[in-house]
This record gives sequence, structure tokens and C-alpha cells, in this order.
Amino acid sequence: MEFVKPELEYAELLPLLIVFGGACVGVMLEAFLPRGTRRLPQVGLALVTVVAALVATVVVGMGLDEHAGADGSGGSEGRGLVGAMGSIVVDGPTVYLWGLLLVFALGGVALFGEQRLEGGVSAFTGQAAALPGTEGEREASTRGLEHTEVYPLLLFAVFGMLLFPASGDLLTMFVALEVLSLPLYLLCGLARRRRLLSQEAAMKYFLLGAFASGFFLYGAALVYGYAGSVSFAGINEAVRAGSANHGLLLAGIGLLAVGLLFKVGAAPFQAWTPDVYQGAPTAVTAFMAAGTKVAAFGALLRLLYVAFGGERWSWQPMLWVIAIASMILGAILAIVQNDVKRMLAYSSVAHTGFILVGVLGVQSAGDLAQGQYTSLEGVLFYLTTYGFAMIGAFAIVTLVRDAGGEATAYDRWAGLGRTSPLVAGAFAFFLLSMAGIPLTAGFIGKWAVFTSALSAGAWPVVLVAIACSILAITFYVRHIRLMFFTEPSQDGAGVVTRSSLLTSGTIVVCLAATLVMGVVPGPVLDLVTGAGDFIR
Amino acid sequence: MNALTALTLKASETTIPVVAPTDADGPFTLLWLIIALPLLGAAVLLLGGRYTDKWGHLLGTATSAMSFVISLVLFVSLLGRDEGERQISQHLYDWIDAGGLHIGLDLLYDPLSALFLLLITGVGSLIHVYSIGYMAHDPRRRRFFAYLNLFVAAMLMLILSENYVGLFLGWEGVGLASYLLIGFWQHKPSAAAAAKKAFVINRVGDMGLGLAIFLMIVTFGTTSFSGISALSGGATETTLNWVGVLLLVGACGKSAQVPLQAWLLDAMEGPTPVSALIHAATMVTAGVYLITRSNFVFELAPAAQTAVIIVATVTLLWGAIIGCAKDDIKKGLAGSTMSQIGYMMLGAGLGVAGYAFAIFHLLTHGFFKANMFLGAGSVMHAMDDDVDMRHYGALNKMLPVTFLTFAMGYLAIIGVPPFAGFWSKDKIIETALVESPIVGICALLGAGITGFYMTRMMLMTFFTDKRWGSTDSGGDVHPHESPKVMTIPLIVLAALSVLGGLMLAGNWIVDWLSPVVGHAEHHEPPLPVIVITLITVAVVAAGVALAWFLVGKQEVPRVAPADVSIATKAARADLYGDAINEGLVVTPGRATVRSLTAGDRSIVDGLFTGGTTVLAGTGELLRRLQNGYVRSYALGILGGALLLVLTLVVVN
Repeated sequence: MEFVKPELEYAELLPLLIVFGGACVGVMLEAFLPRGTRRLPQVGLALVTVVAALVATVVVGMGLDEHAGADGSGGSEGRGLVGAMGSIVVDGPTVYLWGLLLVFALGGVALFGEQRLEGGVSAFTGQAAALPGTEGEREASTRGLEHTEVYPLLLFAVFGMLLFPASGDLLTMFVALEVLSLPLYLLCGLARRRRLLSQEAAMKYFLLGAFASGFFLYGAALVYGYAGSVSFAGINEAVRAGSANHGLLLAGIGLLAVGLLFKVGAAPFQAWTPDVYQGAPTAVTAFMAAGTKVAAFGALLRLLYVAFGGERWSWQPMLWVIAIASMILGAILAIVQNDVKRMLAYSSVAHTGFILVGVLGVQSAGDLAQGQYTSLEGVLFYLTTYGFAMIGAFAIVTLVRDAGGEATAYDRWAGLGRTSPLVAGAFAFFLLSMAGIPLTAGFIGKWAVFTSALSAGAWPVVLVAIACSILAITFYVRHIRLMFFTEPSQDGAGVVTRSSLLTSGTIVVCLAATLVMGVVPGPVLDLVTGAGDFIR
Repeated sequence: MNALTALTLKASETTIPVVAPTDADGPFTLLWLIIALPLLGAAVLLLGGRYTDKWGHLLGTATSAMSFVISLVLFVSLLGRDEGERQISQHLYDWIDAGGLHIGLDLLYDPLSALFLLLITGVGSLIHVYSIGYMAHDPRRRRFFAYLNLFVAAMLMLILSENYVGLFLGWEGVGLASYLLIGFWQHKPSAAAAAKKAFVINRVGDMGLGLAIFLMIVTFGTTSFSGISALSGGATETTLNWVGVLLLVGACGKSAQVPLQAWLLDAMEGPTPVSALIHAATMVTAGVYLITRSNFVFELAPAAQTAVIIVATVTLLWGAIIGCAKDDIKKGLAGSTMSQIGYMMLGAGLGVAGYAFAIFHLLTHGFFKANMFLGAGSVMHAMDDDVDMRHYGALNKMLPVTFLTFAMGYLAIIGVPPFAGFWSKDKIIETALVESPIVGICALLGAGITGFYMTRMMLMTFFTDKRWGSTDSGGDVHPHESPKVMTIPLIVLAALSVLGGLMLAGNWIVDWLSPVVGHAEHHEPPLPVIVITLITVAVVAAGVALAWFLVGKQEVPRVAPADVSIATKAARADLYGDAINEGLVVTPGRATVRSLTAGDRSIVDGLFTGGTTVLAGTGELLRRLQNGYVRSYALGILGGALLLVLTLVVVN
């Protein structure tokens, strides 16, 4: 076998390389700077890295037209290039997702950097190695120590997220999955308060994540056995050509789907979501809820549409079941929660179901009337609206505190609307957007995915989706009622702590995005429409 | 485009004029200002609050007067144009732009709206002036003027719009202003109830107009007069009949025509200038305007036209009969208004031959009825706001100006030559006789009744014995003539009541309106015109004489006698209009609502509360799966994976 020197398209892969490089420099800083002086350089580095990557992404996006129709694209409008010897595909959806992920990463960095809420230290533990409740922990907290490793970890996770939807073969996808997951496992366990809960969450996430990764890997092996190739283009060809071991392919699709559906938190693989969302530091939860879901859905779409597009009739019924289960389970369980973070977690499960409804939609723009959106466009738009609302909502959760830190229990939120009408109003707005009330971004998102699924004839799923949207309104509105129309509880209510510009700015940006996309969705819809199709 | 031309040709064959305005230039670019001025006045007075109390009434009057001046300038400019160029439109901005539907905020200035502009701003300004005196002692005078300005702006929007949606905007605006002004003295429960009644009944009519607009959008894809007048020839007669009937429902609500007439009498709870302006001269005639404006629909919808005639004939008798039995001077006038609008509707229902006379009667009625309402207001002013004519009598010496101006209005309304009303009403009766003898005779009969009830009112108020001032009447009234600010508008309106007939000189108004409503072929009436005129005058004279014998020759009791004929009782009860509404609509409506509420409570609410209980129970059950043990979660994943693969295998 002849060794071929790999060729890399540095210009197009620049966003990836910037983030990866930034993460590595961050590790270096950890090694060479004394502990007390690391925070500022680390935050600065992370911000600069993400912004630079964002700029590079925009540049790549502008230059995408040069590659129009290159490489025999699958769709009519696909444009982009297959780079890094076929492992990384830079096409319209990739670039859009990159931009989205980097914007969310910016929010993540901002929330990570917040220090004012905890009285001058970050929300992360001072000494992760010190056992909870020991002398070491107390000492770390009196010395005001903090872990600045979270910034490089965040960047590594972002790198994985960027790579995930851009991967061109199963192996790259698996590597990306692990690169994005491992830093997140760690980050989940680094909470400053309620450390046992946090560590338990990290442990659960890690164990179950590893378990799910195993399924993914096994599925990859089976598909390789069927197709004789790990590249999506190769698999696609094999699927369309058809071959003997169809069972092998079906099992492979199923197992690969398990790995990805675990990451997006679809039922019945959702069990980790509430525990992890609740236990992780809220800043991590915010970043993870938005980023992981965006990246994993990007990967899921690429896998299903590009590699298994020819087997659509096989995997669609499976997704019907998953979508319905996620929506119902998420909505019903969210009703019976009494903790804000868990409620948001279950609501994210329901949202996963809604997005899966979109995945079931019509894929080709040629099959649609004017003014309708393809499933890809619908899903991309939904992910955008969802991400902003989630980050904004979790950012507000960090603000509401009592003596024991963040006050996430419902009774602490009672009457918040009277003491802090602005913050409660913003939270209510995010909830309304998640509920899909018109004039918020969430409504347009739901509209886009539902209509797309309807055009594809998946009306039973859409009916369930509408019923679940109504169910979901129950718990969103109940929380709004709790904040505005319920007397504060006797044993102390949560109060809104003043934050620095990092958190409040993030909230304002998310609020503005949610409002603007609800009132004038045109520009963003044009952007997702302009992203075009996946290429192979 | 070819299709459009073809349709235009087809329409022109039936000699219905197509609305094809040219763009506004020169002085006509000021068109928008006519609406904007009173609107600005209303905004300043409402938003400025008590800071504008001192000069609010002056500002309100000034904006209305300025609109009148502009209207006058435009009218003169329009007179100077050729007949073919007398339709001018002004596009303000795109209002609604959704899919295939484009609705602009467009204004249309043509001979029809020109006359309306003069009526509304002219009579409106006079009534503003009058109100300065009439409302002088009301603590909320500024607010009154704000509402009046709002009304004027909305009414101008109604008649200046180039499409039905803009018309609807004005239509609702005048409805709102009417509601606010009827209930202006909201501390009186009767006023509040009357306002609500007017509002609710008008909603019924507005629903008709709204449906008509929807139907037009569906049928023609546009609501502009120019578009529909060009396309109406292409629609089926059934569709046009439906559009026409729905428009008629709208017109019935606004113009108090049977069966939506019940609100007008109660509307007299509002201050008298309001009754004069809104509930006599302008707003209530909007229905006539609507039907005249929609001539391109009605000319092709014979069934709808017949419906208009029937409604009009019933109403003109209905209102007249009510007017005979009322002792409240304003309610008497209100019944008369209803009846006179019936005449206008009749004219409009008669088609091309009648449109111009309907508008003619509308204008003259605007003059003399506003005159009489303001006169009634002046009398009430003198009698300490007493409205019962049985407490009046022999006021002609006390209130000479009011008496003389009222008399001019009286002579005009009963149709004594050469006063304004004679010319306009006579023409409608004549045209009706050509169309159908029965309708003509009904109209003739109505004229006789008009002579009766107006003479009765005149006698009870200004002649007969004085029934006030004595101690046993409990009153310590000292009637006095109203201040100049009130009498001058009366004098102007009286002059117009006398001279309004001049508009018919040389058939001017008919020719003037023909570009809008079309030119009628002349049909010879069954009898020579002069004979018809003589008969009409004779019938009126009979009515006057009857009133003279029944009222003038006998003593008028201070308290209304109770032992009266069934007919009088019925007329006093507004011919049981309220009872009919109560029995046919309100009671069944209440029953429906009650059963629906019960159903909502038991079934819908039950479903919801029961549903949430079930959901919460399900949630609690499912929650047990979330036991926190990672081993169970892993098992769940394994189960899910099996489920997935099984689904895949089963469906294949």
C-alpha cells in the first residue's frame, strides 16, 4: 500500500485550526504562567480565538461560492469542498453551523468568565482534586483559587463540535464525538458549589457517554462491513447500489443513531440529561445545551442525509418513534419538575423531539412550493432559535441566588417578577419563545419544522408535535405564573444578584436575537436558505 | 391585462362609470391634510390632557374649519376641471401588502366625495362653533371637542378612501366616536346603556360590511373602487347579489334602517350637538353613501337593489310613525331622521335614476335636520335641559331666533316649496313612482305623516298654551334666547335649509354626479310631473291640517295620556323594535351562551383538569424511571438501542 502525503486545504479549514491552536496555546499558558495570573490571559485568549475563528468562518462562507457545484454535489444547490483527503466537508450547512457554534461558544466563554456572582471567583471549583468537605477544599476556597483550565477545555470542546458536523467519514465523526465529549465530562464535574452533585453528574455523563460511544463504534464497524468504506460518499454509493447483507446495514444505522441520539438527548436515551444539566455548573450547562445539540444534530443530519439518504424509508419510521417518544416524555416529565434546571433539561428533550420532526421533513427544495422550507433549513433555523433561548435562560438561572448559591428550586422563584421584573420578564420571554408563542423566534422555528414535516406527509408526527407544544405551554406558563402571580415563599426567596457585563451582555444578546428572529425572521431564514445542501 | 381590458369594455357597455382617477397634483395634493388636521386636533386634545383645557375647544373648531377651507378650495378647483378629469386619487402609502393582496392607503376625490367633504366639514364646523356655547359649562368640554374632531377625521376617512378597507377604517372610526359621544355623560346609566346598545347593534352591521369586503377580496382580489368597478361586470350575478346584500346589512347598521334601527332613538342620550352632527347630518347617512359609492355592484345586483328598496320603504314609514307619538323633542327628531334616511336609501335603491336625488336629499337633510337639532338644543338650553315637549308651549316669543330658524327647517323638511326639502323629497317620490306605484305611494304617505309629526312638534314647542313657569308645573324656568355663538350657526343652517334647493337649478347636481353614478335615461312618470308635485303638496297639507286639528286646536296635557289607541302605544314603544330584538336575538342568544358556558365548564374544563391530572399521574410514574442510578440509565440505553434496531428490522 502506497503512502499518500495528505493535503490540507488550510484556508478552508482555518476556523478549525484556529480553535485547535488556541486550545493548545491555552494549555501552554497553564503550564508556564503562575496560578494567580492566569485568568485574564486565558479569558482573553479564549475570546480572541473564538472571535478569530468566527471571522475566519465568515471569510470561508463568503468564498464558498467559488466551490459551487464542485465535487459532484448531491443536491441541486450544494456548494463547498471536500477537504482533508475526504475527512472534512466544508459546505454551506457546515459553515452555517460553525458560525452558530462559535457564537454560542462566545456566550459560553462570557458565562465561564463571570466572577462577580460568586463574589470575585468563578463558578468553577478552586481545587478539583480536593475532596468535597475536606480541609483542602476549604483552603482552596479561602485562597480564592480557581481552575483556569476550563478555558482550554472549552476550546477543545468547541473544536470537537466544529469538527462533528463537518466530518466526511465515520472515523472523523467518531473522533469529533470524543473530542467534544471528553472536555465536557470534565467541565461538568467542576462546580464550586454542590460538588458531590456535580461530580456525580460528570461520572454519569462519562459512563453513559462511553457506553453510547461504544454503540456508535460498533455501528460504524457494521456499516464498514456492509459498504467496505467509512466515507459517507462511499457508503452512499454502496447503499444506492444495494448489496446482500441488508441486515448488516440496518443494524449499523440503528447503532450509529444510538450514539448520536444519545448526544442530542432524544428519548429513550435522555436519562442523563436532567441529572447532568442540573449537576453541571450552570455556565457549562448553558454552553453544552446549546452547543452539543447544534453539533450533534448537524452530524445526525449529515449521516442520515448524506450517507444513508438512499435508505430513507428504513430510518424514517425509527425517527418517527424517537421523535414522538422524545416530545411526549420531555413534555410530560417537565410538567412534574420542581427545579428550574431540570425543567429546562426536560424541555430540551422535548425540543429534541421537535427538531427530529424537522429531520423527517422534505429534503429537496425541488419538491416544495415557494415559501416552504426544506427540513435542513427548518432544522438549522430551529437550532438557532433554540440555542439562543437556552443560553439566555440558563444565564438567567445563574443570576437567581440565595445563601447557598444558585436557587434553582421553584419555590425560590416565586414572586421574582415583583422584586426583579426585568430579569423575570426576560426569563418569561425565553420561556415563551421555547413554548413557540408568536412574535418570538421559537414560533418561527416550530412553524418551519412542522410545515416541512407536513409537506413530507408526516402528519401524524406533526399532530403529536402540536399536542406536545400545547402540553409544553403548561409548564412554561406555569413558571411565568410562579414568577409573576405567586406570593414569595416564607422561608426565603431567591434574589437577583448583580452580574458583570459578561453575563448580562450574553442575556441581552440572546434576548435581542430571540426577539428579532421572531419579528423579522427574514434575514436569518435567508441565511439558512442560502446555506444550501450538504455535499458529498 | 387583456382580460382586464375586456372586462372594462364589458362594464362600459352597461354604462356604469368606471372609477379611473388621475394622480393628485396642484391643490389636490392637500387632500390628506383634510383628514390629518382634525386627527391632529383629536390627538393633541386627548394626549395633551388638562393642559389643553383652556383653548381645546378653539383648537378643535379651528382644525375643523381649516379642513372646510381646504375642502372649499378643492371644490372650486374641481369645478374648474373638465367633467372627465374630476376623479383624483392620492396614494399615501402601502398599507397591507400580503401575498397577492395589495391595499394602499389611497384617497379618492371625485364629485361625490367633494359634496360630502363640504357637508361634513361645513356642518361639522358650524356644530363645533355651536358646541362652544352649548358645552360651555361642561367640565369635560375639551374631551368633547377631542371626540368631535376624532369623529370628523374618521368620517372624512370614510368618504375619502379609495378602497373598501380604508372606508372600513373610517366606518369603525365613526362608530367609535359615536359610541364615545353617545355615552359622553357616562354618569347617567341611560347614556352608558345607549352607547353600548349603539355599539353592539352597529357591530352586527359592521360584520355585514366586513363579510362584504372579504367576499370582494375573494372575488376580485382587490378592494379598490377602481379595481372593482372595472371588474364587477365579470362576476356572477349571485356573487354580486351577496355582496350587495352584505353591504346593505352594513348600511342598515350605520344608518339605523330596519331591522337594525333600534339604537338611534336611544342615541339621543348624547349631547345635542352630537345628535345634530353624527346622528342626523353625517354619520347615519354613511349607509346611503356606501350604497351610492357601490353603484357598480348594485347596478348588476337586481335582487340586492330590491332589498334596498324594501328596507328603505319600511324604514321611512317606521320612523315616521314613531315620530308621531314621541313627546321627547329629540326622539321625535330621531324618528324623523330615520324616516328621512329611508327616503335617501329609497333613492339609492332606485339605481341610476335615484342616486343623485338620494345624495341631494342627504345634503338638504344635513342642513335642515342639523338646523332643527341645534334648534332643539337651543330650546333645551332655554328650558333647563327639559326635553319633554309637553312642558313647552308658546316659546316663539321667548326664543325668536330659535323659533324662526327652526321654522325654516320645519318648512324644509315637510316639503313646502321652495324650501330645500321640497325639491329633494319630491324628486325621490317622483322617481319611486316611475319604478313602482306601491313604493311611490308609500313614499307619498310618508310625506304626509312627516307633515303631521313635524307640525305637531312645531305646535307643541312654539305655539299652543304655555305649560311652564307656573308653580303647579313645579318649574321655575326662565326661557331665554341662546348666546350668539349658538344662534349664528342656526342662522347659517336656516339659510341653507331655505336655499339648498338651488343645487337642483338647471339639473346641476344630477349632471355633477353623473361621472360617479352614471347618467339615467329619462323615463316619463305615469302622471305629469306637475301633477305629482301637486299631489305631494296636498298630502303634506293634509298631514299639517290633521296636526292642527288634533294638537293645535286642543289643549295639550302636561302629562302624556295613558288611555290611547293601540297604534299610539305601539309608536311610543318604537313599534316594539326592542321587544323584537329581545325576543328574536337576545333571549335565544342568552340561552345559547348559557348552554355553551355550561358545556365549557363541564366538558372542556373537565377535559383540561382531568387531562392535567392524568398527565401529572403519568409524569409521576415516568419519574420513577429517573431513579438516579446510572445502571438503570445504561439499561435504558440498551433497551432503546434494541428498540431502534427492532424498528428498523420490522419495517423492512
